[in-house]
Amino acid sequence: MNSGQHIVAAFDNDLRQIENLVVTMGGLVEQQIENAAKLIVSRDLELAEELIKSDKQVDQIEQEIDELVVRIIALRQPKAQDLRAVLAALKVAADLERIGDYAKNLAKRMDVLATVPPVGSSGKTIKRMCLMVREMVKDVLDAYITRDGASAVEVRLRDEEVDQVHNNLFRTLLTYMLEDPRNITPCMHLLFISKNVERMGDHTTSIAEQITFLITGELPDDDRPKGDTTSKAIAKEK
Amino acid sequence: MSATKTQSNDTNTAKIACSDVHVFYADKEAIKGVDLNIKEKQVTALIGPSGCGKSTFLRCINRMNDTIDICRVTGNIQLDGQDIYAPEVNVVDLRADVGMVFQKPNPFPKSIFENVAYGPRIHGLASSKADMANIVEQSLIRAGLWEEVKDRLDQPGTGLSGGQQQRLCIARAIAVSPSVILMDEPCSALDPIATSIVEELIDELRQNYTIVIVTHSMQQAARVSQETAFFHLGEIVETGATEEIFTNPKDPRTESYITGRIG
Repeated sequence: MNSGQHIVAAFDNDLRQIENLVVTMGGLVEQQIENAAKLIVSRDLELAEELIKSDKQVDQIEQEIDELVVRIIALRQPKAQDLRAVLAALKVAADLERIGDYAKNLAKRMDVLATVPPVGSSGKTIKRMCLMVREMVKDVLDAYITRDGASAVEVRLRDEEVDQVHNNLFRTLLTYMLEDPRNITPCMHLLFISKNVERMGDHTTSIAEQITFLITGELPDDDRPKGDTTSKAIAKEK
Repeated sequence: MSATKTQSNDTNTAKIACSDVHVFYADKEAIKGVDLNIKEKQVTALIGPSGCGKSTFLRCINRMNDTIDICRVTGNIQLDGQDIYAPEVNVVDLRADVGMVFQKPNPFPKSIFENVAYGPRIHGLASSKADMANIVEQSLIRAGLWEEVKDRLDQPGTGLSGGQQQRLCIARAIAVSPSVILMDEPCSALDPIATSIVEELIDELRQNYTIVIVTHSMQQAARVSQETAFFHLGEIVETGATEEIFTNPKDPRTESYITGRIG
């Protein structure tokens, strides 16, 4: 990887700034997922409120990145690795923003969930999923900072584990709903949350792909293993 | 973004096949063994820092270097399978087939009509006055200049604007029915609007002509060409599809040059 200095030094500053913004945004989103993981077990409404508020900051950084990307393209006409760096930043920021939204959505459901008893160990399962995704986000951002292509590829493959947990939880929640209709309200919320965390994993995968593109100039072309089979699930009476 | 591997070195589809081309100015070796296949009816851009040999190489393709006494060219350049440096080749005919447009527009100090008619006349391409008028009209139409000059063909070519003069030079090159047009920084003396017009023209011309363009503007190379060759210190460092060169160059020297880094 060639990353010598530009003849126009201000260009280097722009690129550094954009990378800093992506990393800052990523740190905030990691914190959001971490808080989501805590929330789902503790059902702490204050923490939920804090999480919802923090999303504004994430959105604002995304907008800053968008503006900076537009400015760099207009003023500097980036090429080759520079072009890939700004395009990757744009797309990674969009993915991070979506991940933040899903965390916020989890927090929003706490008002309802806090009023009903926990459904089995589903809270702990979702917490585990959240922590898996948070690790993925952390590792993928490390790969971004260090331009470590192998590590990005590895993160991309880990999404399958998140899918598996979601599959299992999906079935478990279906069973609870079949057993007692009073479980339906909490289970529906938990199901959406589980799906959303699963989507966070997908967006993290997309970030890993962008980082692979940034480093190698090519998107990974092999199909990654996809583990979410809930689209084919059927509820069966026992 | 999938990588399309270009077969730049497939001699079968090459209009111009260059192998092991060396150029010496007295003792100084300006081109050090260049292999390049130029595809038919495509725009090939030659890019590289000043003094890298791209213009020198361009001038080999129609033997313009012959006019420089101390210049010596070795290696092989074939146009449609014919060695252009073979003894039996008539250089005047070669230069009609391989036209050239220069950095600074250089119309003859004659009328617009005569600027275009000059080439066909010395090559005996027109059988009558009407035929000549037709050649001039068609050439000016192809160069995108006809509408602007049709009512003043008898006025001096030097009275046109810079962009119009450059298109007049393109019309002059086209008038002798070349198959290849060489352009040595054709837009560097033009303003952005005139540049856009000439770039648009280049894109139209590639339906009928093989075009090789030397440019210092990376954006221009990216905009007008399908193939790009990067020259550095008299050698070709990298050649390939323009899209590939500008998004994902393989050689770090290419990367440094096109991204404006200190290489």
